[in-house]
Amino acid sequence: MSTRVFGSGIRRREDPRLITGAATYTDDYTLPGMVHMVLLRSPHAHARIKRIDISRAKAAPGVVAAFTGSDIEGALNPMPCAWLVPNSNLKVAPYPCIAKDVVRYVGDIVAAVVAETPYQAADALDLITVDYQPLPAVIDPEKAKQPGAPQIHSGVENNVAFHWTVTGGDVDGAFKKADVIIKERIVQQRLIPNAMEPRSTLAHWSGASGELTLWNTTQNPHIARFLCSVVTGVPEDKLRVIATEVGGGFGSKIPAYPADFITVFCAKKLNRPVKWTESRRENFQGTTHGRDHVQDVELAATKDGKVLGVKATSYSGMGAYLSTAAPGIPTILHGLMLSGPYDIAAIKEDVYGIYSNGTPVEAYRGAGRPEATFILERMIDKLAAKLRMDPVDVRMKNFIPKFENGHTVPTGLSYDSGDYAGALKKLVEHVGYKDLRRQQAEDRKKGRYLGVGVSTYVEICGLGPSQVAGAVGFQGGLWESAIVRFHPTGKVNVFIGANPHGQGEETTFAQIVADEVGVDVNDVKIVHGDTQTTPMGWGTYGSRTTAVGGAALVMATRKIKEKAKVIAAHLLEAAVEDMDYKDGKFFVKGSPDKAKTIQDIALMANVAWNMPAGVEAGLEASSFYDPPNFTYPFGAHLAVVELDPETGQIDVRRYVAVDDCGPQINPVIVEGQVHGGVVQGIGQALWEGAVYDENGQLLTGSMLDYALPRADRLPDMEVLSTVTPSPHHPIGVKGIGEAGTIASTAAVYNAVIDALSPFGVETIRMPVTPERAFNAIQEAKAGRR
Amino acid sequence: MYAPEFDYYRAGSVSEAAGLLRKHPGAKLLAGGQSLIPLLKLRLAAPAAVIDIGRIRDLKGITVKDGTIRIGAMTTHAELAASAELAETCPVLAQAAAGIGDPAVRNRGTIGGNVAHADPASDLPTVLVALEARLMAEGPDGKRTLDAGGFFQGLMTTALKEHEILTAIEIPAHPKGQSSAYAKFAHPASRYAVIGVAAVITASGGKCSSARVAVGGMVPRPVRASSVERALTGQELSAESIAKAAAQVTENLGNEVLGDIFASEQYRRSVASVWVKRALTQAVGRAK
Ligand SMILES: Cc1cc2nc3c(=O)[nH]c(=O)nc-3n(C[C@H](O)[C@H](O)[C@H](O)COP(=O)(O)OP(=O)(O)OC[C@H]3O[C@@H](n4cnc5c(N)ncnc54)[C@H](O)[C@@H]3O)c2cc1C
Repeated sequence: MSTRVFGSGIRRREDPRLITGAATYTDDYTLPGMVHMVLLRSPHAHARIKRIDISRAKAAPGVVAAFTGSDIEGALNPMPCAWLVPNSNLKVAPYPCIAKDVVRYVGDIVAAVVAETPYQAADALDLITVDYQPLPAVIDPEKAKQPGAPQIHSGVENNVAFHWTVTGGDVDGAFKKADVIIKERIVQQRLIPNAMEPRSTLAHWSGASGELTLWNTTQNPHIARFLCSVVTGVPEDKLRVIATEVGGGFGSKIPAYPADFITVFCAKKLNRPVKWTESRRENFQGTTHGRDHVQDVELAATKDGKVLGVKATSYSGMGAYLSTAAPGIPTILHGLMLSGPYDIAAIKEDVYGIYSNGTPVEAYRGAGRPEATFILERMIDKLAAKLRMDPVDVRMKNFIPKFENGHTVPTGLSYDSGDYAGALKKLVEHVGYKDLRRQQAEDRKKGRYLGVGVSTYVEICGLGPSQVAGAVGFQGGLWESAIVRFHPTGKVNVFIGANPHGQGEETTFAQIVADEVGVDVNDVKIVHGDTQTTPMGWGTYGSRTTAVGGAALVMATRKIKEKAKVIAAHLLEAAVEDMDYKDGKFFVKGSPDKAKTIQDIALMANVAWNMPAGVEAGLEASSFYDPPNFTYPFGAHLAVVELDPETGQIDVRRYVAVDDCGPQINPVIVEGQVHGGVVQGIGQALWEGAVYDENGQLLTGSMLDYALPRADRLPDMEVLSTVTPSPHHPIGVKGIGEAGTIASTAAVYNAVIDALSPFGVETIRMPVTPERAFNAIQEAKAGRR
Repeated sequence: MYAPEFDYYRAGSVSEAAGLLRKHPGAKLLAGGQSLIPLLKLRLAAPAAVIDIGRIRDLKGITVKDGTIRIGAMTTHAELAASAELAETCPVLAQAAAGIGDPAVRNRGTIGGNVAHADPASDLPTVLVALEARLMAEGPDGKRTLDAGGFFQGLMTTALKEHEILTAIEIPAHPKGQSSAYAKFAHPASRYAVIGVAAVITASGGKCSSARVAVGGMVPRPVRASSVERALTGQELSAESIAKAAAQVTENLGNEVLGDIFASEQYRRSVASVWVKRALTQAVGRAK
């Protein structure tokens, strides 16, 4: 009996090259005649450029050229915004690739220098003089909306980029009926994604043919090509984007960036290959940030803990300009999920997208959904505290009951399948929740302060039906594609439009093909990341590569199987209806010993000596899969933290995750995704946060100050799962890339509040630093005295 | 981040390094590079010449002889952390070295560079002050020995003269009855000390016969917590006496306590005694 490769935790084939340093990233490429570009970025958060002088830089040793905002005018179009959320009075302010008159954040580009070596370019940068007239700046999105706040773009009153509303059910009625109303101000701070590989672009322009090749750190090379064409005017057919190796993105490599197009501009001007790679410092300032929400939330409930309604007002920072997908994140990916896994009849959220003098904000792992989960999970815990109920009981009381095929929530979405109580039940049983609480109470008597926090979630992913994408203003489709090509020797290449950059689909997609047509998993190679060789696709983000691209792959592989069956029937001189298939072999029903293997058929199809009438040569199929619905993974997480009451330091002692992403193609990879995701969420709760001063200077501008999670501050994780297939997906899978991040911030935060509760602390700002926890304890003590 | 241009020299001996320093005004010594290279890359330093002392054999290694521990300036943090001899004769130093930064930093960074750089958030200066270490320097005017207590003069400033090279550090090995420990409140990002406390305790018959406590990280240069030392000396070593003595530390911090976005001055003042208490408690626990 063969063991099924689908579902087995085989090793990631990506890893040997990644962990031995053999992978080739954009910055690793060198082309003949290549020159290096560096960028001068604004040191001011908001200032008028009175004068800029690049003449000394131009004359510096090794310098080939230098450019300012006036040089690119007419040659580079403004940066486009690609998510035009409808009915939101959206105001897309002009976003030039190089600022000419006004700089709007620390990191805004004001000039570019190209030289023979990066050192010479950096030396020359110091020779540029810019005469700035500083203007008042504002970072906090709520403050930026106040009358009298610095105006960041002319014509955008109160810096409101958009105002979007979602309502479902009778909200006023719910709040009128309520026995208890819980209110909370929630700040989901600005985060800096920090992918391991900084951003980089290498532009190779061939003047003679008018063709451009762009090596680019992007999660979505086909969108990158499209947007590059829009901004630079190079036609898509002559534009090739290569992003075969990308060292993480977490959302920050979805958008297009001015730097990419300035590189193209320079390459065209100079007719030489131009490379630009950001430094880590530049990455902190110039690559997009995430989150940045200030929210006022109210929850209405009955006195026995049934939630009747939730309403929220959200001030969502967009930063200085609208990044490619920015407006869709705090709206479509957030507001529509505001009832989460709960049966809440009435929902309302007002979202204000606000321009500020911060770095542009984009998707960051989870993108909108962690923020929605945080709101709900915080409010549910507050409700439990108020009613003196156990937080697990309140959740159990409010879950949408188990469903297998469709459940419509007040915001209009139709969840695919879910068993929220099942996941929480598994979690509670695994940890021995009652005993854990008993232990906690005993420890507390001894002066040990443990906190237990739970978070349950459902997320929307597998983005998504293209018709819906269009209806919600996304300026593209959201289908995916795959080409499956059998070579004469029976080996297989798969070409996909999405672009895995760490998630492991080079392995899992080979497992899918192996499972569908019975080839050895090692005979399947996945090709991605090069627009010249791969079919169109919309990219890797939103936990969609397997949910959508994987479905395309299944469909294409099934076409192969159908064709193989026809060829096998011909070779065995049987009728197609009489054919059977098992483990890569095609045979006449009842005679498995006289079988044609998929390899036999691949050879015949490729040489085509003896094909059935009317059947084309070759064994290749493609599919363009547009999903009928989104997928909705879910789960329940639990964190145990320990508070050091003397210093306020908080440590995570235990972390347990139960996630349901449907059937798992490779459980080891699922576990890895959960680990990474959970860690990033813990980072938000305890350590990470962009801090700006009152002038808009980024104070956490390097890894000296911005605290990314470190392995030695983390516990081992217990990763469990339940399996609820998606009814509409060909193999039932849902997506797992973001789940950990979506659940873990709230789980840890709730645990922190639980640990602090004996002192009377009810709320605290994230990240919960030792000082914040210490002060909260002191203030609560003082207040009680 | 690209460093400005500089000339690179590799010295084969201390005297060659001293000669190069004299010849190239403003030159910088390169030890492990963990502090100097970032400064160059950030263009906060632009020396015309960098003199690599990393291959000078005489500057490496740990020897214990006649009750004195001698550590070459080029000894790495990782070597300090892994030294069985140090764990035995001076645990506080091995412990502090083990908690520096991360493995990459510990594998390259050196005790000499750490001390010469004198970053207030560094760990080793605090430890050396508590140990009353002697620092050996060699320069154009010959060799001299400096006391750790007077070596650290303020933010990134030491008693080393312009062309002097720190060659070695000498520490008295713990005599019988002496034990030591380091307690560190590490910054979650950089791992530098927000507060670092080194304690060296000598006990006889359950009583503290001498205590040396130094506090760093939160002050421009490590300070001796003399009030704590005084409060503990002569006392029975108990949780109560330690806590009571530790609380005295606020007397010794002066008016230059550092603060930043992660931990304010006030917070550091509020919790300093906790870290003193932990260093003392651990040191006492280690006593044999
Ligand atoms: C990410 C990171 C985290 C860190 N965390 C910590 C931490 O937690 N605790 C801590 O204590 N430190 C920390 N450090 C600093 C680290 O310990 C450095 O190694 C140390 O400060 C400098 O030692 P070095 O050998 O690298 O010196 P270098 O960087 O080579 O030199 C530093 C300075 O000292 C001078 N110098 C070097 N050797 C001599 C000598 N023999 N005589 C005279 N002058 C000399 C140099 O000219 C230079 O000015 C960290 C560093 C990094 C990069």
